[in-house]
Amino acid sequence: MTFPLFLQHLANAISLGSLYALIAIGYTMVYGILRLINFAHGDIFMMGAYVAFYGILLISLPWWLAFAVAVLLTSFIGILIDRGAYRPLRSAPRISALISAIGVSFFLQNFAIVVFSGRPKAFFRPPLFTRVFVIKGVNILSVTFFIPVIAFISLAALSYIIYRTKPGLAMRAVSHDMETARIMGVDVDRTIALTFALGSGLAAIGGIMWGLRYPQIQPLMGVIPGLKAFVAAILGGIGSVPGAMIGGFVLGLAEIMLVAFAPALAGYRDAFAFLILIVVLLLRPTGILGRRLEEKV
Amino acid sequence: METMSSYADSTRAMRLKRLFTIASLIALGLSLVWANHRLDPYMVRILNLCAINIILATSLNLIFGFAGQFSLGHAGFMAVGAYACALLTMTPAQKEATFIISPLIRPLATIQLPFLPAILIGGILAAIFGFIIGAPTLRLRGDYLAIASLGFAEIIRVVGNNAIPITNGALGLKGIPEYTNLYWSWGAAAITIFIIKRLVDSSYGRAMMAVRENEIAAEVMGVSLFYHKVLAFVIGSFFAGVGGALLANLVTTIDPKTFIFILTFNILIIVVIGGLASITGSCLAAIGYTILLEALRPLEAPMTIGPVHIPGVPGLRMVIFSLVLLAVILFYRQGLMGKREFGWGWLVRRMVRKT
Repeated sequence: MTFPLFLQHLANAISLGSLYALIAIGYTMVYGILRLINFAHGDIFMMGAYVAFYGILLISLPWWLAFAVAVLLTSFIGILIDRGAYRPLRSAPRISALISAIGVSFFLQNFAIVVFSGRPKAFFRPPLFTRVFVIKGVNILSVTFFIPVIAFISLAALSYIIYRTKPGLAMRAVSHDMETARIMGVDVDRTIALTFALGSGLAAIGGIMWGLRYPQIQPLMGVIPGLKAFVAAILGGIGSVPGAMIGGFVLGLAEIMLVAFAPALAGYRDAFAFLILIVVLLLRPTGILGRRLEEKV
Repeated sequence: METMSSYADSTRAMRLKRLFTIASLIALGLSLVWANHRLDPYMVRILNLCAINIILATSLNLIFGFAGQFSLGHAGFMAVGAYACALLTMTPAQKEATFIISPLIRPLATIQLPFLPAILIGGILAAIFGFIIGAPTLRLRGDYLAIASLGFAEIIRVVGNNAIPITNGALGLKGIPEYTNLYWSWGAAAITIFIIKRLVDSSYGRAMMAVRENEIAAEVMGVSLFYHKVLAFVIGSFFAGVGGALLANLVTTIDPKTFIFILTFNILIIVVIGGLASITGSCLAAIGYTILLEALRPLEAPMTIGPVHIPGVPGLRMVIFSLVLLAVILFYRQGLMGKREFGWGWLVRRMVRKT
């Protein structure tokens, strides 16, 4: 493999990894607080892309405004899902909340098929993202560079919120011990709503960038990236926000390098992430940065 | 004297119950003979699907309702059973005609087995995969099984698309002999119900339910968490494989797209509507859901009512059913039957008291 070609693969790996990282954070935050696998998260990612798509197509917003509105609206969808489908089940057996999550996920997918139609749609790409850089004879689209930059800014903003602000402190407290946090005067329901809003907003950013990169969107686009991002969250250590970022990048890198160095196995690309999952669960179930989740009696 | 008469009553009650069971099995058999001769092929097919869904739903209910583990891999285990059984029952000539990209690997190309051993091998293979998935994930606390089993179902689909010398890739298998009929499917359903009912009523079943209710309490009482979770999962996977095998020899054509997540979702919704931890509920819901799914098919087809032409809306049924699932889990969590089962107790009690 030539060096420029390797560079191209590396750029692809980093941009794919940042997308996984953005989605993985939503999973890990919700899991850290509620011990719930939010199966609908991949579909929230899909909704973000569709909202942006229709913002440009129907209301003909300028693309940057459409993207911003889509992120806000998707955060709101996240809050609504928590309110409608998860909050009534807080005290129910855990399996009920999981079933509810599957129900929401399946509802969003089929809602999208019915309302947006099942056919893939071409995603609008502003000219800024389609410039081509030629580095040593290898063409790289500018969007490949923008994705890690935007992801990095979003992740920095999220880290600031979680580690430097009061609502972030409340999130960490609820994730550590919900009951004690409640006794200490933390509004648990609002904090959980904020968690869903932040996670869904990041998923929407991911969805829009996914649309920019592979310029088409379809109702089931969230399923496989969502599953892989969950694997990334486990790989990084479920419940740990920095872990989810690292896990996302590692998974993106591993996947692209598999395709780059073993093209014969490229068809098995989607299976590779789950192989990693099984290996991680066997060897180091707490992931790279995870702490043991203590069992509460 | 008192105890003597109540003892006589109870043996009499047991004899009566057995009589009722045998009578209803005979009635079921007779109605199958009737259905086989009198109903049109479409109806027979729906009845076959009802029985297959009963097998799938009771097996998922074992994992889900009784052992409390969240498995989303049923479609994957069905695929394993379906491919295994299909490859074992197809004629060598049919295999040669189907595998046009690259020929089927050696020993499989010439083997042809009768239906029963092929079904069992399909089930056993699915159970082995169940163990491979369950062993690493069920050792841990938490819901890793959900994601690992969902991932497994995806892997199976990816392998189905890529391992062309075994699965024929995206083209799938065609011309699978149509062995599945009402006797096979309902027979298998009856055996599945019998085995799973006996299992959940045994000490193993009690242990599984203890694990479901409270893992720590169960462990303190000396129940091995890992052993019972894996046992439920492997047995559930076995029957999922059997269901897949019956399905393959019913529809006669399978490809990786047959086993998408929607299949798992359908079974999940049956189990939830019927009531977690009720086999009776699973059976009733399986029959009701299968029929309803067919009955609502026109919703997705183009319709012309008078002058108004409505184009078909694919996906509409699944929107409705996902809302139904959410409504049941949010507002009516016990489902149709809760944890109750159907038995002859009420009838027998009345008869014994009367005489």
